[in-house]
Amino acid sequence: MSQVGIIGVGQSAFSRGYPGSIRELAFEAFQEAMMDSGVQTTDIDATVICSSPEYDKQRSPAGVIAEYCGLTPQPTFYTETLCSSSSTGLKLAYALVESGLHDCVMVLGFQKMSEISSAESQERMGRGADIQWESPFGTMMPAYYAMHARAYLDHFGVTEEDLALIRVKAAFYGQKNPKAGFKKVVDLETCLSADPVSKPLKVFDCCANADGSSAIIVASEKKIKELKNEKPVWILGVGAASAPVNMAGRDKFHGLRAAELAGQQAFQMAGLKPSDISVAEVHDCFTIAEMMAYENLGFAKPGQGKDLIRNKETYAEGSIPVNVDGGLLSKGHPIGATGGSQIRTIVLQLRGEAGDMQVKNPKYGLVHNIGGVGLYGNVTIMGV
Amino acid sequence: MADKKKKPEIDARFKKFGTVSFTATTKVNDFIDYLEDGKVAGTRCKTCGTYYFPPRSQCYKCLDKTEMEWFVVEGTGKLATFSELSYAPVGFGDDLPYAIAVLDYGDYKVFGRIAPKVPMDQVAVGKEMRAKANRLPNGQLNYVFEPA
Repeated sequence: MSQVGIIGVGQSAFSRGYPGSIRELAFEAFQEAMMDSGVQTTDIDATVICSSPEYDKQRSPAGVIAEYCGLTPQPTFYTETLCSSSSTGLKLAYALVESGLHDCVMVLGFQKMSEISSAESQERMGRGADIQWESPFGTMMPAYYAMHARAYLDHFGVTEEDLALIRVKAAFYGQKNPKAGFKKVVDLETCLSADPVSKPLKVFDCCANADGSSAIIVASEKKIKELKNEKPVWILGVGAASAPVNMAGRDKFHGLRAAELAGQQAFQMAGLKPSDISVAEVHDCFTIAEMMAYENLGFAKPGQGKDLIRNKETYAEGSIPVNVDGGLLSKGHPIGATGGSQIRTIVLQLRGEAGDMQVKNPKYGLVHNIGGVGLYGNVTIMGV
Repeated sequence: MADKKKKPEIDARFKKFGTVSFTATTKVNDFIDYLEDGKVAGTRCKTCGTYYFPPRSQCYKCLDKTEMEWFVVEGTGKLATFSELSYAPVGFGDDLPYAIAVLDYGDYKVFGRIAPKVPMDQVAVGKEMRAKANRLPNGQLNYVFEPA
């Protein structure tokens, strides 16, 4: 098998209320990735556009965005797995390149969530769960993750303060990330005294909706040589799994099965183990999600994720730095762009270009991106 | 008008499920009749013995050999997890505050709401509860969990 690498990354600033249309928003990440890679649009054989379409008025946005970026007449594909859409897009791009079908593929994720109200947005997100059997009870994303949090805290004797420590870390790094939507420091007391959203999760346990875009350019080893690209980051493992959408179908609540399975697949494919990872981006849509990720990925044993955060092992200087770009909690979470943003962070880290957020000499990086409430799990391992 | 062709009648009983239903027609519409009758029901495939909750009319294990029957959810389940919401999606604001939960019956689990009259300080993971059919103030039907 020849290798597949990433040769360009880009991301728009994540913000509330982007003053432009979806094609313009997507273009911001596209432009940055093109300039980062140095390739021409004629080098790109296909695009994979990623988003959750219920936020758009535009039907079938793939063609519109591909055209606006000058990527017609090349084929364009559209992927949607809720919040993990663009890491699913990366897996698809990997397969397209590894199969030999295409040599160079652009993965472009976007979401403009600000055109609808927060309540409408919660309702749409709730419909990312089981609309026939769960939504009629009045469900929403924070409530589902709160159910996982309740089970996790009770099962392992972990505290709400342990969860809050994850937000304190995210806020610490968010202020260092010029593209983050939330750049304020948050202290433990503020987290713990905040109003409940869905118990035990409080305001600062939750990430915010955002507008944003991300772009990743994937190429074959042959194409990378042709282009004389000198800083490719290689894709070493791509794991993906799904889980029952209805909470009633889950065998446990103190972890996410799809994340565990995707992680195992990615580590096996890469021939690596959790202790080999130098830096990770995990899907911290809620603080509990990062805590479960520590364990689902094997960075900590079940119930011991709390020790990682209490001992600051997931800070940049720790044994396994996690979300040192501020994570979704600080950046904001533009559904379709999130996975690509996480991948961009790891690519920059592995190249040594992460600025104030840089960890020391990373060799292997990991991205854990979850769609819905653990409905979809994607884990991607990269190396230099 | 008498000679105008009659439209086929649509069985939209499922519109009655929950505060706001997002589904009108389903092959398990009899679920609503069970609720009207004060019962919460699931289905079981007689061919392979699998219990389905929420109920379904099709069995992915048995395909054309499927023989589905209804069963009534009886006895008690253990509270697997729950959460009390302070915010609600559009259309559910009048119900606040309310708690969603999962009851584990062993052969199957049931996702639903905790009955509004149950004080939340008396609710904990592991508590024995039972699912009970319920009529909402707006006339819709759902089911709620009450202490056993």
